This record gives sequence, C-alpha cells and structure tokens, in this order.
Amino acid sequence: MTKIFVPCDAAARAVGADRVALAIQQEAARRGVTLDLVRNGSRGLFWLEPMIEVETPAGRIAYGPVTPSDVSALFDGGLLDGGVHALRIGRPEDVPFLKRQTRLTFARCGIVDPLSLNDYRAHGGYRGLARARELGPVGTVQEMTASGLRGRGGAGFPTGIKWKTVADTSADRKYIVCNGDEGDSGTYADRMLLEGDPFVLIEGMTIAGYAVGATKGYIYVRSEYPDAIRTMERAIVLAEAAGLLGAEAGFDLEVRVGAGAYVCGEETSLLESLEGKRGQVRAKPPLPAHKGLFGKPTVINNLVTLATVPAVMADGAKAYADLGMGRSRGTMPIQIAGNSKHGGLFEAAFGLTLGEIVDDIGGGTASGRPVRAVQVGGPLGAYFSRALFDTPFDYESFAARDGLIGHGGVVVFDDTVDMARQARFALEFCAIESCGKCTPCRIGSVRGTETMDKVIAGDRREANLALVEDLCQTLKFGSLCALGGFTPYPVMSAIRHFPEDFGRPRLAAAAE
Amino acid sequence: MLPILHDFQATFGCIPAPAVPFIAEALNLTRAEVHGVVTFYHDFREKPAGRHVLKICRAEACQSMNGEAVARQVLDRFGLDWGGTTPDGRLTIEAIYCLGLCSCGPSAMLDGQPIGRVGASTIDDISREVGR
Repeated sequence: MTKIFVPCDAAARAVGADRVALAIQQEAARRGVTLDLVRNGSRGLFWLEPMIEVETPAGRIAYGPVTPSDVSALFDGGLLDGGVHALRIGRPEDVPFLKRQTRLTFARCGIVDPLSLNDYRAHGGYRGLARARELGPVGTVQEMTASGLRGRGGAGFPTGIKWKTVADTSADRKYIVCNGDEGDSGTYADRMLLEGDPFVLIEGMTIAGYAVGATKGYIYVRSEYPDAIRTMERAIVLAEAAGLLGAEAGFDLEVRVGAGAYVCGEETSLLESLEGKRGQVRAKPPLPAHKGLFGKPTVINNLVTLATVPAVMADGAKAYADLGMGRSRGTMPIQIAGNSKHGGLFEAAFGLTLGEIVDDIGGGTASGRPVRAVQVGGPLGAYFSRALFDTPFDYESFAARDGLIGHGGVVVFDDTVDMARQARFALEFCAIESCGKCTPCRIGSVRGTETMDKVIAGDRREANLALVEDLCQTLKFGSLCALGGFTPYPVMSAIRHFPEDFGRPRLAAAAE
Repeated sequence: MLPILHDFQATFGCIPAPAVPFIAEALNLTRAEVHGVVTFYHDFREKPAGRHVLKICRAEACQSMNGEAVARQVLDRFGLDWGGTTPDGRLTIEAIYCLGLCSCGPSAMLDGQPIGRVGASTIDDISREVGR
C-alpha cells in the first residue's frame, strides 16, 4: 500500500494541510485506490507547506505547496508513483535548503509518524538511553560535559555542568524540568519537536533523570501551542504503555500548560508557575540546581537542549563537539522567519554568518524588497543591519556585537520597516509582559514607551533619545532577569544601527 | 493551581469570581493569593469571551509581514478593537504574542485552529466561519 505523508505540524495545518489530507483521502476513495496516509511532522521548509510526500522505490518524493484543488491533477499525473506535476519538488533531501543542513536534533522530524514508537526506534531512537545506561550516571554527565552542549534557550550555560551540580547535590527528590515556554517571536523549534518527534524529548529527559538521579519530570508548554500539547500528552501515554515511562522505567513525565505569560520562559519564573504561583522571577542564588522546583535540586533545560541529548549520547560527545566554532559546539536549529523568501528550520553547525543565513539560505525577503534589518534571538534580541552581516552565528560573536542568538530565531524585515516603531514595540512588549518584580522593568518599560512616542512625534528628539539611552542602562543593570535586562538590546541596536529612523544622520556604513 | 484554573476556564469560559474562595479553600491559600494568580496570567478571563475567539499575532515576525495592517483590516471588518467582543457575542478578537507560525505569517488562531498567511481570502474564510 502506498504511503503518503501530509504534515500535521501546526504551521502546515495553518496553511491548509488538513484540507489537503482530506482531499487526498476523498480522491483516493473516488478512484478506488487504497493508501496509507501518515500525518508526519514538518521538515521545516515552510514556504513549501503544505508539502506532501509519497513513498516510492526511489525514495520519498515531495510536492508542494499543495492546495486541495491540486489533488485531482496530482493523481492524474501519477502522484502515487512520484509522477510529474508542476508542484513536484523531487526528493526532499535534494532540496538545497535541506541538503546543506546537519540534522542531529531534528534528525527524525518530518520523516517519522510522531506517535509511532516503532518509527522512533527504527530511526535510531533509544540508542542514546542505551548508551547512557552502559556509561552509568557519572559517565553520562561526563559525556554531556565533553560534548560542549550549551543551553539552547539562549543563556548558553554548559549543560553538563548544570547536570553535575544537580547530581552532586543530595536530596530525597530531584526534578527534571523542560522549558517549552517558547515565547520568542520568530522561534518554533520547540513546537516542531513536540509535534513532530515527541519521543526524542521523552528519551532526553529520561537520560537526564538517570544521570542526576531524578525520578520526575515536567514539560512546561505554552498554552499558545494546543497541537503540541495534545501530541506530547499522547506520546507520554504511549511511552507509559510501552514501559518506557512510569514505575518500571523509574521516571515519570507530566505536561504542564502555561497561561500566556511570556516571562514564564525565564527559568525561575517558570518554576514559580509550575508551583502554582504568579510567574514572578526569583533572585539567584540559590540556583535551581540547588533549590529549584518545590525547593528541590532541579535540572531546568530548554526543550531543544533536552531533545539534543539523545543524539549526543547515541553518537558520542566527540562527534558532537567536532561540529561548531569557538566555544559554541555542535549544531543549532536556526529558525528563519518573518519576511523571508525561504523561511524555515535550518539546523547547522555554529559558524554560518548572518548574511549566509538571511541571503543565501533564506533567499532574501518574501516581499522581494531589499533586506533592511534582522532581529536575532526574539523580542529581547538586537536588530542587525546589513553592515553586520559578517557576524558568525555563535554565542560569543553575537555577544561581542551587543546581540544574542537566543533560541535561534532570525526575523527578517524589508526596507519598509520603521525602526523607531520597532524600538517602541520592544519597550511596549516589556511593559505588557513584565512580571512586576523589578521597578526598572515594571515602570521603566512604560516610561520608555511614552518617551519613544515623543521621539516618534519629533518632540525634543535628542533630549528624549538621551533619556531612553539612560533608561536602557538602568534596565540593563537593575533587572533580575533577561526581560528587563535585555529589552535594551533591540532598543539600543535600533537607535545605533538605524539612526536615520530616529531623526539622526545616516551612518556611512549603512549607505553602502 | 494552573491545571485547576485551566479546567475552570474550559468548563465556564472564565474563572468566575465565586470560584476563587473555593479554590483558595481547597488549596489552603488565601483568596488574595488565588486572585493574584488568576490576574497574573493573560489567559484567564473574568467573564466569558464571545462564542468564537480569534487571536491575532502582533509579534515581530508577523509585523515584518505587514501583520499590523492586516490585523487592522480584520478589526475594522468586525467593528472591534483589541480585546473587544461583537454586540451579538459571536466573536472576540484578542492580541497574542507569537503562535510559533513565524515562517507562515501573518498568523492567527481561530478557536484553537492555526491560520497562516492571513490575507484577504483567509479573512473571508474567518468571516464565514464565525457567521458574519
């Protein structure tokens, strides 16, 4: 029976994948053809979604973007044998966007049926846990440290060191918490994994639990991701039924759903939220590794970090550490988003330049206009101008240019963008999402928005810009967490790299 | 407490004020503490929304795809402002900051169903769906 794959990823569904799947089933029934329709995750080539694939002796053949009205003609052209049609892409692996990637964390995403344990195992699943058990808990922590894997939420803290701290802290109970509160605009790597390969997270968290001696894990997922929550919960039930979670496995997992607070992506605020409180930031120390969830030692890692653990363990620390540049080892799932011609998920070793990502891989803008600004790392990330396109994508290089890679989101803007409005939005967003604990963030963001309004209105521009810059210093050094502390990045980078939008003379470099 | 509040909202469409003392009693907390949690999170409502809820993304990736202008078209079409509900109680439109559909923007979510590449024809679809 011919296998046809139609993604169930929320982004594919958002552009009509469900209607395409229904049309394929109806067309097959009308023609008396039986087929096996699999709802896979997305490969991450979003400009081609809905992208369907058919299994043929020559491998999987993709078509896209498919609309329900194309389905009949696709069958006429011999869809089931990978036949010719204007929408035929060929083997997805041969598409340059996919061919240039190094997929470790996303090795299975878009290929397997997300809720098939057989698929998961057939594509290398549970090799990582098996190897962790061979190495033992201490050896597993050492392996993680040697791999150089750092927190993929943005802070970039070495995962192995965090695990070692928890492993070395004695307690009657320890927890593994997965931070899936992916609130940064321009990012969707967590969502894709939850919807496209949930077992990889289960395996990663099981390894973490084994390594540090924790028996309970929580996956905190934002409420904006209903599909992801549903898939993850079903995967946990399947894993429990197979004895991979629960008493037999010595590790329990539970999904907890957020409630629309961006700040809960900050680790201590997430822990407060898990405990049923207002998601307000905690002062550190104590570190969550010493006193985390319910006061117990807790490993809290980003979802991508935990989903990378099985790949690191399966193929060894060295294979992972051999990739990347400087102190940024391994791969990063870069999410090319916004006004990009070829927007999608691009997992690659650290070290590509921003220009390569935006121009070569992303193909410039979707609108066809020139790229003017790129925001990297979500709403707290800096705006980069074309003059900075030589910046290599790694933690240190971005920090050196007063930016951050964050969770790997790259949002492209064309030349219609007004950077003064973007700077204002950054402050407004901080005001909306501030947890209220620190005064600079709670009040400074509101005053900053008002002052930026004056700048936009042309009211004493220089004096008000000086005030905004001063306020940004206070936010940066007077806030407990990254929300207040990093809001200055988009604001100051917009002012510095795009002065002409603030009534200042254009930079010489920007005119090239 | 969050799972309890989510259940309340799923059942009643909001966290009704009379529920707060019950939750406080059950969890051995003060009413102030429960009220604090309910009001902290954007998701929890004090009164039910319209029969359909349309959430439109206002974050950067959607802004870069002209999302603000598209959102304005939708709001104008239904005569609403952010957070408003039509007089017949049919539709509530809310702002949301990122649905994770950032390569298919501008994006929105109608009654939990994701919508990408929002433009003139999708606005017509939304309109049909909510029966206006």
